Amino acid sequence: MQIDLTVNGKRTSLDAEPRLLLVHALRDRLGLTGTHVGCDTSSCGACTVLLDGVSVKSCTMFAVQASGHDVTTIEGIGDADELHPMQEAFWTAHGLQCGYCTTGMIVSAVDLLQRNPDPSDDEIRAGLEGNLCRCTGYENIVKAVRAAGKAMRENAPRSSVRDLMSIHPPAEEPPPSGEVIIPPQLQGAST
Amino acid sequence: MAFTTMVGARIRRREDPRLITGRATYVDDVKQVGTVYAAFVRSPYGHAKIRAIDLAPALAHPDVLAAYTGEDLHHAHGLKSSLPVAHKMADLKTPPHYILAVDEVRMVGEAVAVVVANTAYAARDAAELVAVDYDELPAVVDPLKALEGAPYVHESLGTNVAFRMPFSAGDPDKAFAEADQIVKQRIVNQRVAPVPIEPRSMVANWDEGRQQLTLHSSTQIPHLLRTQLSVVLGISENHVRTIAPDVGGGFGAKLNVYAEEAVVSWVAMQLERPVKYVETRSESFQAMIHGRDQVDDLEIACTKDGTITGLRLRIVGNLGAYHQLLTPVVPTLTLLMAPGCYRIENISAEVIGVFTNTMSTDAYRGAGRPEATFFIERAVDLVAQRLGLDPAEVRRKNFIANTAFPHTTSTGLTYDSGDYETTMDKALAIVDYAGLRAQQAELRKQGRLMGIGLSTYVEVCGMGPSAAMPAAGWDSATIRVEPTGSITVLTGVSPHGQGQETTFAQIVADELGVPIDTINVIHGDTDKVQYGVGTFGSRGTAVGGAALKLAIETIQAKAVKIAAHQWEANPDDVEYRDGKIQVKGDPSKSMSTAEAGFLAFMGDKLPPGLEPGLDATRRFEPPNFVFPFGTHVCVVEVDAKSGEVKVVKYLAVDDCGRLLNPMIVEGQVHGGIAQGLSQALFEEVIYDEGGQLLTGTLMDYAIPHAEQVPHYDLDHTVTGTTVNPLGIKGVGEAGTIGSTPAVVNAVIDALAPYGVVHIDMPLRPEKIWTAIHAAKTNGAANGAANGAAR
Repeated sequence: MQIDLTVNGKRTSLDAEPRLLLVHALRDRLGLTGTHVGCDTSSCGACTVLLDGVSVKSCTMFAVQASGHDVTTIEGIGDADELHPMQEAFWTAHGLQCGYCTTGMIVSAVDLLQRNPDPSDDEIRAGLEGNLCRCTGYENIVKAVRAAGKAMRENAPRSSVRDLMSIHPPAEEPPPSGEVIIPPQLQGAST
Repeated sequence: MAFTTMVGARIRRREDPRLITGRATYVDDVKQVGTVYAAFVRSPYGHAKIRAIDLAPALAHPDVLAAYTGEDLHHAHGLKSSLPVAHKMADLKTPPHYILAVDEVRMVGEAVAVVVANTAYAARDAAELVAVDYDELPAVVDPLKALEGAPYVHESLGTNVAFRMPFSAGDPDKAFAEADQIVKQRIVNQRVAPVPIEPRSMVANWDEGRQQLTLHSSTQIPHLLRTQLSVVLGISENHVRTIAPDVGGGFGAKLNVYAEEAVVSWVAMQLERPVKYVETRSESFQAMIHGRDQVDDLEIACTKDGTITGLRLRIVGNLGAYHQLLTPVVPTLTLLMAPGCYRIENISAEVIGVFTNTMSTDAYRGAGRPEATFFIERAVDLVAQRLGLDPAEVRRKNFIANTAFPHTTSTGLTYDSGDYETTMDKALAIVDYAGLRAQQAELRKQGRLMGIGLSTYVEVCGMGPSAAMPAAGWDSATIRVEPTGSITVLTGVSPHGQGQETTFAQIVADELGVPIDTINVIHGDTDKVQYGVGTFGSRGTAVGGAALKLAIETIQAKAVKIAAHQWEANPDDVEYRDGKIQVKGDPSKSMSTAEAGFLAFMGDKLPPGLEPGLDATRRFEPPNFVFPFGTHVCVVEVDAKSGEVKVVKYLAVDDCGRLLNPMIVEGQVHGGIAQGLSQALFEEVIYDEGGQLLTGTLMDYAIPHAEQVPHYDLDHTVTGTTVNPLGIKGVGEAGTIGSTPAVVNAVIDALAPYGVVHIDMPLRPEKIWTAIHAAKTNGAANGAANGAAR
């Protein structure tokens, strides 16, 4: 059957069997693999996405139930060029290790702060009850959500991974074939 | 002298941007054209004969491409090999472990058939259509019952005992004869599940043109997996490629060669199509290895002043139905670490490995050491309770002195370095131990149950010298200085959350004086990376990082020769200083590693006889394990009305040697504590007597969420080691090992007014409530017989 969705701001339609889970529609049909599957019982929250701005577990919904609605996945929360403050906070606070639960955790935390912009640590812990992490012991996740809350309340500008990590771009245009590459910083080094 | 700016700093992890934006690649994210999907038919019985399997209804499904039984694989196609067991143990019974069951199933979840279909949904539908006729057999799940005799898990063995390992040191009989007190306790270390949030996932592809099998797998050991797959499937090893891309947690459970990995690979070869299998969480609970599951009977001989003079020990390890890669090793590691951080010269022990109708136990975070630490740390508290002494003082009295290192224990390990008293003193000072005890006395007067638990642990890690390992113990690293000066690092370890892309880049940046963002660390692909052993046993940096350090030294030596030739200087007069190659005493003549790399690439600028290129591959064989240690303190309050435990304070003071990235080290400790605390309070894999798994989903098996764990305070001391050139000890398992006894000791301490001396984990409210009520109604219950409470 035909499903019409708006995913990360883009309208899309797909033909799917009625039992297709939303998470599989996102991952396997739309290629948005940032949403993960960790359990079969809605227990772990690795598959959390926003449906019309509210967090839901996409392994517990049929894709057809999302028809006509707005879905935001981690790919729509932010990317390397424009990190969401929550993503940056997880990075800075070391709020992740293997990263598998992280995308769902970030989406849940974004929703939590929408509902409660200045939560206490206890409220953060309670608010993330539906997301399991096996690596971090939650300590740094709580720290990350607290920091993100502060940044969002203060309207900190979004930053990019390139700014924060300064990945070196290639020094020059690639040379014509056959020419030896001598990066500028090395030219003259051998003389 | 290294020019240090990065090592020791809290550098944000370079692996994180892809992970926080959803652009990482886990195995299930791997897309290959023409992929088909496997689903397994699994035994619903703990033990049964397979009378017949009818694949016809599944094969009739329009989306199904193929289906196979164990008979098909092992008899019709001649796949005879069992799954590998890496052991070095005399007289170990190793029954066949077929990749699909043949004739008999010995645990719930054992795969009996595989179905392959065009979609994952269709594969699961069709798997349910496979009709299997079983003849149920009696099962045994309790290792003590299994020890007694029939029913046998493997009838042909005529026993459930896989091995017995007796051990004796010193003169235990004399120690017990002369003891002032003998404390006896049975300590059960319950079965737990590792539960990485990413289930096991795999995609196999057979390239008929190149005769190449490629298996993407969520594994911790890509190279060992390749070797073993080659043996199991009978393919030349250099035609097998295994890739561990981003891996969503392992905790030891992915340190294995699983039946499904072999089956999926074999099916891909048959069908010449990429075959994907991602287990469901319930399959994960059934067929991914479990951890712990030991029954340890202890007798401790001690003198009145709290000196432990002897230990008698029987370790019964529940191995499960078959050996996985390290199954029999785990309980023997428990014996090796039995003395903990104490001088215990007189030991008699027996380790017994027992088959039962359950999933195999294997290496789960700490693997054997948490069990040892748990019983010896409980034992010290039991001695303190019996003698009316403070548990900290009993520990102090028995510690191996910090002047005694290297120290060879009665069980034959040589602890490299240690200073147990310093971490304990630091921890006691930070928490104000005396103040806590005073507060406890005050609260007890009010009828409130506050408990203070200590754990002073030592663990063996940095696995390890090859001579002491069931497989190899070394690891490898390659450094390649590329012509443009960027640096490629290829590591034989295979991190899955431990952050070595960052820590290894930190090491290289400092030692070679290059910007950290010009370094790319590659791992987990056997076609790219030279052979390595993998990431487990807190060995990634202690062994793989040490290999990296050796590769750096080789690069530096060659770069010095290249620079010296340019300057017409004697290489002995040239050195790396502050991250640059310099003429000694003449800083005006300097060259970067990148410049030396470019000259090496050009080839014509080299001294005669020096081979072009600036790269090095080195392997590090550690001469010994390393032994991190520390003190954990847990403070709890128990609600006497409900039995609920609230952790009100948790402090860990760990010593893992030098800290390369304190932020990453702290993260490892946090996560480790959560897992160990969770074993103490929540987690337990339960099979019923017939072998049914009652904790088969995350709705029945409790791993903690954020509200269920406390805030942790951390501190550390730094005691170096000469075992590896980095002076580091490894920290992946320390938190798990240290925390479990600290939490249990705290709860038992809280219950001291009722005379409770021991409760087996997990310390769920109803167990505690029952213990309190038993004490109230029976008058101090078992505690009275066992000595006064403090």
